[in-house]
Amino acid sequence: MTELGIPELSLVVLIGASGSGKSTLARDHFAPTEVISSDFCRGLVCDNENDQAATADAFDVLNYIAGKRLAAGRLTVIDATNVQRDARRELVELAKAHDVLPVAIVLDLPEQLCVARTANRPDRDFGAAVVRRQREQLRRSLRGLAKEGFRKVHVLRSVEEVTAATIVREKLLTDFRHEHGPFDVIGDVHGCRSELETLLDTLGYRLSRDEHGRPVDAVHPEGRRLVFVGDLVDRGPDSPGVLRLVMGMVKSGRALCVPGNHENKLVRALGGRQVQVTHGLAETLAQLGEETEQFRSEVAEFCYGLVSHLVLDDGRLVVAHAGLKEAYHGRASGRVRSFALYGDSTGETDEFGLPVRYPWATDYRGHAMVLYGHTPAPEADWVNNTMCLDTGCVFGGKLTALRYPEKDVVSVPAEKVWYEPVKPFPAGEPVPADVRDHDHLDINDVLGKRVVETAHHGRVTIREENAAGALEVMSRFALHPRWLPYLPPAMAPAATSQRPGLLEHPDEAFASYDSIGVTDLICEDKHMGSRATVLVCRDASAAVGRFGATGGESGAVYTRTGRSFFGPDLSEALLDRVRSAIDAAALWEELDTDWILLDGELLPWSAKAEDLLRDQYAAVGAAARAALPAVLDGMQTARGRGVGLDDLLERTRARAANAEAFTAAYRRYCWPTDGLDGVGIAPFQVLATQGRTYHDRDHGWHLQVADRLFAAGPELFRPTRRIRLDTSDAGSVAAGIGWWESLTADGGEGMVVKPFANLTRTRRGIAQPGLKVRGREYLRIIYGPDYTEPQNLARLRDRNVNHKRSLALREYALGLESLERLARREPLWRIHEAVFAVLALESEPVDPRL
Amino acid sequence: MYLTITSTAPAATDLGYLLHKHPDRAQQFDVSAGRAHVFYPEATDERCTVALVLEVDPIDLVRGRRYGGDAFALSQYVNDRPYAASSMLAVAVGKVFRTALAGKCAAKPDLVDRPLPLEIHLPALPSVGGAPMVRQLFEPLGWSVEATPIQLDETVPHWGDSRYVQTRLRGTVMLAQALSHLYVLLPVLDNAKHYWVSTDEVDKLVRAGGGWLADHPERELITRRYLAHQRELVATATSRLAEVDDLAPEALDNAVDGNEEKAPDALPLVARRRQAVLEALRQEGAARVVDLGCGEGALLRELIQDAKFSEVLGVDVSPRALAVAERRLNLNRMPDSQRARLRLMLSSLTYRDERLAGYDAVVLMEVVEHLDPQRLPALEDTVFAQARPRTVIVTTPNVEHNVRYERLAAGTMRHRDHRFEWTRAEFAAWATSVCERTGYVVRYAPIGDIDPTVGPPTQMAVFSRADGTQRMAS
Repeated sequence: MTELGIPELSLVVLIGASGSGKSTLARDHFAPTEVISSDFCRGLVCDNENDQAATADAFDVLNYIAGKRLAAGRLTVIDATNVQRDARRELVELAKAHDVLPVAIVLDLPEQLCVARTANRPDRDFGAAVVRRQREQLRRSLRGLAKEGFRKVHVLRSVEEVTAATIVREKLLTDFRHEHGPFDVIGDVHGCRSELETLLDTLGYRLSRDEHGRPVDAVHPEGRRLVFVGDLVDRGPDSPGVLRLVMGMVKSGRALCVPGNHENKLVRALGGRQVQVTHGLAETLAQLGEETEQFRSEVAEFCYGLVSHLVLDDGRLVVAHAGLKEAYHGRASGRVRSFALYGDSTGETDEFGLPVRYPWATDYRGHAMVLYGHTPAPEADWVNNTMCLDTGCVFGGKLTALRYPEKDVVSVPAEKVWYEPVKPFPAGEPVPADVRDHDHLDINDVLGKRVVETAHHGRVTIREENAAGALEVMSRFALHPRWLPYLPPAMAPAATSQRPGLLEHPDEAFASYDSIGVTDLICEDKHMGSRATVLVCRDASAAVGRFGATGGESGAVYTRTGRSFFGPDLSEALLDRVRSAIDAAALWEELDTDWILLDGELLPWSAKAEDLLRDQYAAVGAAARAALPAVLDGMQTARGRGVGLDDLLERTRARAANAEAFTAAYRRYCWPTDGLDGVGIAPFQVLATQGRTYHDRDHGWHLQVADRLFAAGPELFRPTRRIRLDTSDAGSVAAGIGWWESLTADGGEGMVVKPFANLTRTRRGIAQPGLKVRGREYLRIIYGPDYTEPQNLARLRDRNVNHKRSLALREYALGLESLERLARREPLWRIHEAVFAVLALESEPVDPRL
Repeated sequence: MYLTITSTAPAATDLGYLLHKHPDRAQQFDVSAGRAHVFYPEATDERCTVALVLEVDPIDLVRGRRYGGDAFALSQYVNDRPYAASSMLAVAVGKVFRTALAGKCAAKPDLVDRPLPLEIHLPALPSVGGAPMVRQLFEPLGWSVEATPIQLDETVPHWGDSRYVQTRLRGTVMLAQALSHLYVLLPVLDNAKHYWVSTDEVDKLVRAGGGWLADHPERELITRRYLAHQRELVATATSRLAEVDDLAPEALDNAVDGNEEKAPDALPLVARRRQAVLEALRQEGAARVVDLGCGEGALLRELIQDAKFSEVLGVDVSPRALAVAERRLNLNRMPDSQRARLRLMLSSLTYRDERLAGYDAVVLMEVVEHLDPQRLPALEDTVFAQARPRTVIVTTPNVEHNVRYERLAAGTMRHRDHRFEWTRAEFAAWATSVCERTGYVVRYAPIGDIDPTVGPPTQMAVFSRADGTQRMAS
């Protein structure tokens, strides 16, 4: 039995004359979908597998399919004669374009056999001469295949060999997906052995030493392992010491390591190649000169054997010295290795003569976390799910590790400046956003039909048209996305009530939750304002450091479409008041955070919607109250002279009363404000703080926080009245109804009914986060002054709340998703994706009166 | 929804003959917007008053979709149509008093041509332009006008007056004429976006206004308003988002100006601005050009006419603007050779877009001032750092020049969506700092007549890449 080894991800090119058994081999050893045959492609383009006139088109199709498969990381087998060098060159190029290894399996079988097999096939009308020519071309090619770029070449020369052959798929050298950690990933050490020892100690490793007291291994009591991002050597005081420890740990299986450009150069220097002894290599060579010949050769062997990058933990973690763009993860080619070692360069050099690096991480949109080093920076900072761990220890900075999967950064300071940098090493100030490149969003992050994965409600689809509408509002009217980590979801109303004179009533809301087994409810006063999200930072450094403030702003107060309620000055004044209340309530400390995201209502409604109130509501009231008395007057005069108008007169009287009630209803929503005087905020939920979300805390907790804010800042904050209720207790339900009646009797907006526990999952998925039950008088400004007239109400009851409910749930899930991404410190584009999706869904055509 | 007409002619009840409605009976008629009632509060020989009430069904108004506009607009249940003497009332006049309007009276034909002393009362007449507009339109027709504006809400005095005017018209006019004045001028005063016009409205206008419209001093305004309101009936996704935030649809969906009163920019300036941009592009030798924020495509139309511009890309963030551009440019019927040079694309200045890379020039004509200042760095990144064309042309208003616009109140901007307007110094400060950060050099050129003190109405900056070459798209 012959084992033919092929890399798991490779382009397998079968080579053999017609009749040599390529298709059979492919069928026997590969899945049908892995094999693309030129005959099949010929059939696709011209209905005849043997029509040689279609060959060019057929190969276009073949290359296209193969390209798609390779881009997706799937092994692909090309079943074509491939006896001509030109044909193979195209395939080798295709493999290179996708950074996979090309492999050749050659079927060099006797000519007579091929001719006989071909003759037996009725659909093959070419004769022995063709087969013979193919065989000649094949034989001429055989020796040059490796040179052509095939990484492996397997040749089978007889039927027996073919029969005996088995295919063994080999893991790629970079493939450590089965290693799940936990890991501690260490940045560039550059010979700083002492700092490395300190760092390992801080991380909880116990060092073991050889007879000279030199560390050769380290063990973590919890079985954690180290991953080094390379550049162990050069510039620093003890490169051999670092190598000794790392090599020992790699050998014992307690560490993994990728090469840095410095190791790469060291290998060449140790191998006797001509290299420029610069950038600290001289120091290393001198230090190694003190070591034994055997140690030096072990070093050379170790460094030579390092693999360009590592793909770990089911592909969730990638480690490469200079980082790696997503298309290169788990791929193998010269350019992948070069990227991993040196990064992406723009080809320009800066004023210090150093190469200008192309900021690949700003464009990075991959799912895998990428950890790397290579470019020293004062702080390790997340850029789109990537982090550079080179914090310039050898230049007097610090040595940094990241705990994976915890994402904790652990650093120890350099003991001294071991090596003067060419370019001054910057001090560790927070970086404002105009230089935070990764805050830039790409149009592809939002445009077109999109699917957003949510943790709580599966995949949510955004239609292209809605994304387009949201793009316009987001671009032209909303705040900068970095201040917009959340948009509140729409809230669905309770099902329509059948009670006389009413469109909505608490019964339906209670029943709706009761029917899915949610009995513990809370009813909250629905404030008569506008939904508002408040993002407030504790101080300027939090605003700059966490949210990238550029203009001295310290937070944001915004509407449901992400527009700021106020201009910059008034916003800051409002945030100041919020901040002092949080100070006084000692919430920063309690929630262990320096920013807070609050959900609430901003009052009065007229502060935001004055135009609507004035131009629409007041105008309708004015017209009605001017016209109807005149009509009544005319009718009464006419009736005075005996004209029969009874019905019409009655109706008009009722309408005149309705117009007055309507006017009274909208008036409750406006009161004059001057600057912030008269403006109130009723918070009802803490959405997120540093590192956590709060939908697992019950509403009792949330409202207690709100109460404390009210107590600390009564001039700004408003409390939220509420009542807790048990749907299985008739008395409790009656109390809830009575409460709603009293709230709405004098024109209150109504209430929101929520599961007391907050985020609630039932067998049918997540429950509605809240159902609104609006008051009879309030609904006049939604459904018009005369909606309560029986003939109108009867028709208005015919409304469908299902679409709104489904929308509310999807938006809720997206909102939770954006909050969780925010808490996990995911990149801005990931947060923005979910926020943008909420806005896009809001532009779906749903009855806006619901 | 209510009007009365009073005649004080001798034998005043003759009004009943002229209107074809008996003074002692209440009658009702179904009309498209609801139900019209006619009755006479007074009917004596000295004084006869006919009342027309239109009962608009508020639910049918929304659900029946008879009446155009957007069925999803929140505002529609809360609607002035059931109360105001609007275009709907005019339609009811046309139907209920059809014969009188046509100047026919079988019973007493001699009455038709006789001017009568009439008083018309409209308790809530919507008037864009308020009481003065009511006078302007009715006085030339021989009416003495008593027009009192109605306050929006007496409890919120600072809101001021509504657009409704309590109106009494007195004059000696033939009844048919009086009705035709109402029939034409109610919709004109209303000028409501809700009122939409089918093509035969043109004929109606000519017919009803035949006798008097030609000589009316406001003829042009009447015709324009009467025929103007053909807004699209379909709500866009953008306008629906306005409703989410309790805004009028136009507040967000305003990329296409529609029939909004134009800013005081004189039309020639618009043309001169395009001319200046085209000249600058030619001077820079740009062949492949992006018009970022192309709007309805006015500049695209000129770019595409010059074959030297071998590739023209129109980009806008408003789907509606792009749809209008596509229509106005007649994309479907454009010759292949021209069509191949033009592409329209939805994108945004505040997001990176690699499709914008590799062009010779990017034009931002009257665009930057529509962005909040805090988003300007994103624009800078998208255009100057990422797309990085050889040439970037930016035009923007020169705010210093605003004092020369008489119709522009001091301190207000030229367009309500402008987030800022720059002085020449402010523009230069921004341009210079962009150059420093991104490696461009800039020159300035005025557009329009240069005022010695306040400069030109529009300012233009032409940025060129300092290295003069184009970076390969990465």
